[in-house]
Amino acid sequence: MPEWVQFSAGKHFQDLIAHLSGRSVPEILVMPIMLAVILGFICGSSLILIWAERKVAARIQNRVGPMMTGPRKLAEFSMWTGGLLQTAADAIKLLVKELIIPSKTDPVPFIAAPVLIVTVCVTAFVVIPFGPALSVSDLNIGVVHVVSISSLTVLSIVMAGWSSNSKYSLLGGLRSAAQMLSYEIPLIFALLGPILLAGGLSMQKMVLAQREYGCWFFLPSLLGFLIYYVASIAEVNRPPFDIPEAESELVAGYVSEYSGMMFAMFFLAEFANMFLVCSVAATVFLGGWLVPFMAVPEQMTPGYIALGTLVFFAKTSFLVFIMMWIRWTFPRVRPDHLMNLGWKYLFPLSLLNLLICAGVAVLKDVYKLNGWGVSLASLGALVFVLLLLQVVRVPRPTAFLEKV
Amino acid sequence: MGPQHPSTHGVLRMVLKMDGERVVDCDPVVGYLHRSIEKMAENRTFTQVIPVTDRLDYCTSMTSNYVYVLAVEKLADLTPPPRAEYIRVIMTELNRIASHLLWYGTFCLEIGATTPFLYSFRDREKVLDLFESACGARLLYNYIRIGGVSQDINQKFLDRMIEFLDYWEPIIPEYEQLLDENPIFYNRTVGVGTVPLAMCRNYGVSGPNVRAAGVAEDVRRDDPFAVYKELEFDIPVEKESDVFARYRVRMRELRESARILRQCYEKIPTGAFGLPLNYRFKVPPGETYVHIESPRGDIGCYLASSGGDMPWRCKFRTPSFVHIQLFKKLLEGVLIPDIMAICASFDIVLPETDR
Repeated sequence: MPEWVQFSAGKHFQDLIAHLSGRSVPEILVMPIMLAVILGFICGSSLILIWAERKVAARIQNRVGPMMTGPRKLAEFSMWTGGLLQTAADAIKLLVKELIIPSKTDPVPFIAAPVLIVTVCVTAFVVIPFGPALSVSDLNIGVVHVVSISSLTVLSIVMAGWSSNSKYSLLGGLRSAAQMLSYEIPLIFALLGPILLAGGLSMQKMVLAQREYGCWFFLPSLLGFLIYYVASIAEVNRPPFDIPEAESELVAGYVSEYSGMMFAMFFLAEFANMFLVCSVAATVFLGGWLVPFMAVPEQMTPGYIALGTLVFFAKTSFLVFIMMWIRWTFPRVRPDHLMNLGWKYLFPLSLLNLLICAGVAVLKDVYKLNGWGVSLASLGALVFVLLLLQVVRVPRPTAFLEKV
Repeated sequence: MGPQHPSTHGVLRMVLKMDGERVVDCDPVVGYLHRSIEKMAENRTFTQVIPVTDRLDYCTSMTSNYVYVLAVEKLADLTPPPRAEYIRVIMTELNRIASHLLWYGTFCLEIGATTPFLYSFRDREKVLDLFESACGARLLYNYIRIGGVSQDINQKFLDRMIEFLDYWEPIIPEYEQLLDENPIFYNRTVGVGTVPLAMCRNYGVSGPNVRAAGVAEDVRRDDPFAVYKELEFDIPVEKESDVFARYRVRMRELRESARILRQCYEKIPTGAFGLPLNYRFKVPPGETYVHIESPRGDIGCYLASSGGDMPWRCKFRTPSFVHIQLFKKLLEGVLIPDIMAICASFDIVLPETDR
């Protein structure tokens, strides 16, 4: 087992400083620098994601999206190269705008809410393995860390909703709390399957376990992958589960009263969170930085690190793209239907997934069966059980049937 | 909620009493857009009133032009030439398409789907282009005049219309595909905002909304005006009377409008497009009431003349005003997201309500 991949970037950095200065530095001094790096990464990736979101939306909606801000020569080339600086311009605009704190708000939580949401985001990114040996700190409780930290987001949203002293904000905040309750649970249970298969909570171990296993974990726990994906869309409040900020109902939900940079921080956190949940999905279910059809070298090689990082970003971007696609296709779900889906379908199904994963783990470890065979068998079992339960029952509109 | 809210399509104010997410009591307050159109009409000559009626229902200016002009013609006992009648039918049906497309787009926005809005506006744009080529205006046309229309249309316009229909008719199923089989949409619309037939009758609901309750009622057929007698079309009817039924009725009406337009293309005669009339012509004393089918329902105009060149009284009966009255009963006990779905499904246009 190549041990080097679990070496964290924080450690690298610590060693580098120690090497340069000639004496060892405590980790506490290195961490702020690493956090600053993450913050920069979040800002940068959010800028790109917002641009990408607008372009994807434009493509889906027969438009070209932002074209005027950015190099004109590139914009003439195709719609995908136009308006490259649009989000940068937007960010500057938001930065220089006045921060309005409405007179009837409770100022302390009102200001603390956007700060908290970005803090939570940055903290959660600490354990994400962007590539082999490229996580800031490979905590041995990585998955739990991500889940528990990111569920603090709701605290910030409720704070924002409550302190704004506006009916729309309050409703948005309360909806968010209800939504979080019903979606955290299936999300965590969906992650339990792969945790069981990997036998550990560390993110890098998760990746290595998939290498040992012979196939990525989305095969033995396909159900878990889908549940995680759906629940994570709800977790980051994106359409069709964007009920806390449903624009046609609650104006802008909990961000109604925010302006300028405080609004931008919520916005930033939304996109960073989207990237976060997708990167967790890519790590846990899609093999993280594992390059398909390529063995992990025993010694650290810069080439493999670069390639692995690239693959990781490719997988994550793919999942992000699907999220954008879903956003621009579906109508919004009603809150009570959302709760129904969470409690009546996703939660029991995630338990079923746990059961299947446990079975797979037993077959693999006790009877030493091949990972692929077991996975296919588990998929078969899943299909059988689903057919039996007829869980996926989509009501068909009669009018549509008439037309056909 | 309102008068400034992203999903009230104008300035409807609804005083909602809430219990958490549930509506306990709802009181729609209209009047924020009152421009005293009916009083203004009393101080203008009969021809000068037409541009004012444009502002009645800006989504279908043609029908509001039409109902007023029809009232004047009935009072003055004028018969427009047949070509003008056909042009009027073409314009009202095109406007019905534009209006239903607008409704489809905004309805989807209300329930949270953004993309259909742009699809429908892409095609509505083409209808507006047609209007622009016919009368130079895209929204407020002032096109249907007393005794005819303001300008003749040429063969090129008709060909462009058929070209548009050829392009657009295959797209209607595309609109439906986006929503019909989508479980989210289905769950949000089926069984939501059901209006019993008796309630429809009590409140005077008309147009697509009453057809969604299972009544084949359409002024175009029941009390035919212009050349609708000569045209063949079906009246789409759904039974359930919920949001989904109202959506289905409108989608099917789009097809019927296309069918009418194709027949008009075949049948339109040549000849004059209007009567030569004095600008300040006088209308004999008397009063009349006419009604036609607007995309929103039964729009009526009561007109009284004292023998001068201005109306003595002009009063409009607008379907949106009637439909808004339903909200008080209908919204009791529903959830917040349903308010939007239900309100949008009735296709309320506020300028028409307040006048």
